[in-house]
Amino acid sequence: MTTILTRRALVGSLAAGGGAILSGCDRLGQNEQSRALLASGERGNYAFQRLLQDQTALAEEFAPSQRSPVFRANGTRMPCGTDYARHLAVNFNDWRLVVDGAVANPQAFSLDQIRAMPTRTQITRHDCVEGWSAIAKWHGVPLKLLLDRAGVSPQARYIVFHCADPQSNGTMYYESIDRIDAAHPQTMLAWGINDQLLPVQNGAPLRLRVERQLGYKHAKYVQRIEAVPSLAGIYGGKGGYWEDAAGYEWYAGL
Amino acid sequence: MIEPLSTSATETRERAERGGELVYRHRLPTRLWHWTNAVAIIVLLMSGLMISNAHPHLYWGEYGANFDQPWWSPPRFPGWATIPSTYNLALARHWHLFFAWILAFGLLAHLVISLVNRHIQRDLTLRRIELAPSHLWQDVKDHARLKFPTGQEALRYNVLQKIAYISIVFVVIPLLILTGLSLSPGFNAVMHWPLDLVGGRSSARSLHFICAGIIAAFIVVHLTLVLLAGPINEVRSMLTGWFRVPPDPDKPTAKLKRTLDTQ
Repeated sequence: MTTILTRRALVGSLAAGGGAILSGCDRLGQNEQSRALLASGERGNYAFQRLLQDQTALAEEFAPSQRSPVFRANGTRMPCGTDYARHLAVNFNDWRLVVDGAVANPQAFSLDQIRAMPTRTQITRHDCVEGWSAIAKWHGVPLKLLLDRAGVSPQARYIVFHCADPQSNGTMYYESIDRIDAAHPQTMLAWGINDQLLPVQNGAPLRLRVERQLGYKHAKYVQRIEAVPSLAGIYGGKGGYWEDAAGYEWYAGL
Repeated sequence: MIEPLSTSATETRERAERGGELVYRHRLPTRLWHWTNAVAIIVLLMSGLMISNAHPHLYWGEYGANFDQPWWSPPRFPGWATIPSTYNLALARHWHLFFAWILAFGLLAHLVISLVNRHIQRDLTLRRIELAPSHLWQDVKDHARLKFPTGQEALRYNVLQKIAYISIVFVVIPLLILTGLSLSPGFNAVMHWPLDLVGGRSSARSLHFICAGIIAAFIVVHLTLVLLAGPINEVRSMLTGWFRVPPDPDKPTAKLKRTLDTQ
């Protein structure tokens, strides 16, 4: 009899304990300090990966036959507003990719200029933070070539990508990466996918590929690249739209 | 001073055979790891279910997205089973990736300490005699009849218990960690072989989910057996180290035996 009561009590307390864990976890998740502690895992992952990675260690590349039959488009599929619509109507003829900020010679590249630069082609896997993956072939210009033309100052620690797609909170999409990923041989401004010009849903006319990080870092509709010494003061200061809006990690290598 | 589990001091054995005695069964490193790991595993499982909710489809191969054929689409897990309880992928990832460090380095520390203090060699190593089909079958029957070991037998892990612990500690959790790491595009650039081994990132994600399911099943069986074997004694032994040996009904009590001996 006593054991039955004990067991029943124990099962009950387990269930109650489970509920307490859950509400406790929710409260910890809302608390600023414990959230910062949890987020320290991200800094650990960033430091650990940079320690393990050769700076130019390549993301895996695939054979043409290994590509996804359909490359899923995600996030913005058609930027809203008249600016983008106007560019699209004239086939991006007067689209300019501005490279400025902490640089010696600010640049404004036309698409013709960019497509005339040395092209890199790579078949890589796009990993979304949600868990899905898709493989496609990308054609573009290595970011390093664009940055070298502009002459990035040694004081610039981050490269910020400003995009043409307004978001539901009223700000524009943006993203940023460190100088190591900016100089990585596979990091590029892509203008083509699977032997075609980039369609609107995949970020026409230019999107970032930063192959060692998750999908939300691969900014689409890029119209300005800015070199900065600090991310503070740019929108929410966390280095990207999803980082500001929902607390996703700035370093998305994991 | 009563020796820990698996020492063969005569006095310990005598007391253990008698049953009813408190015996020091689990050493501090084992207990510390057990509870740290328990917390980490539960947080990882529950935050993992939230991460699953973000894209509840599992695929085999290098890629897998909405246009591809999943081999299974897990159900959407309810709020009471996830951390946090309402949809928040970013926060679930914070929980998951923080406790992943505790799981990985906790396991590493546990394995190193358990090799040094010989917990693995003495308590977890399978002996040939235990693997004899008749012995295995006997243990299966004992489990099925919920017949729990008494006396000296209760101080050793039985063979099914050993197999379960070995599988979890040396196979399932390491595979869970390796497949989890392989979901990281940054880690993939460091080494491609784990993904090549399992056939791609979507396969790794599927295996990660399957390993988590095995761990969840292990927890259910483990807790059930703790409840059936005597929850207070079992939980106390994992908290304090001290375990009360269940008396062996087939043997005369030690007191009686001693009386007989002296006559």
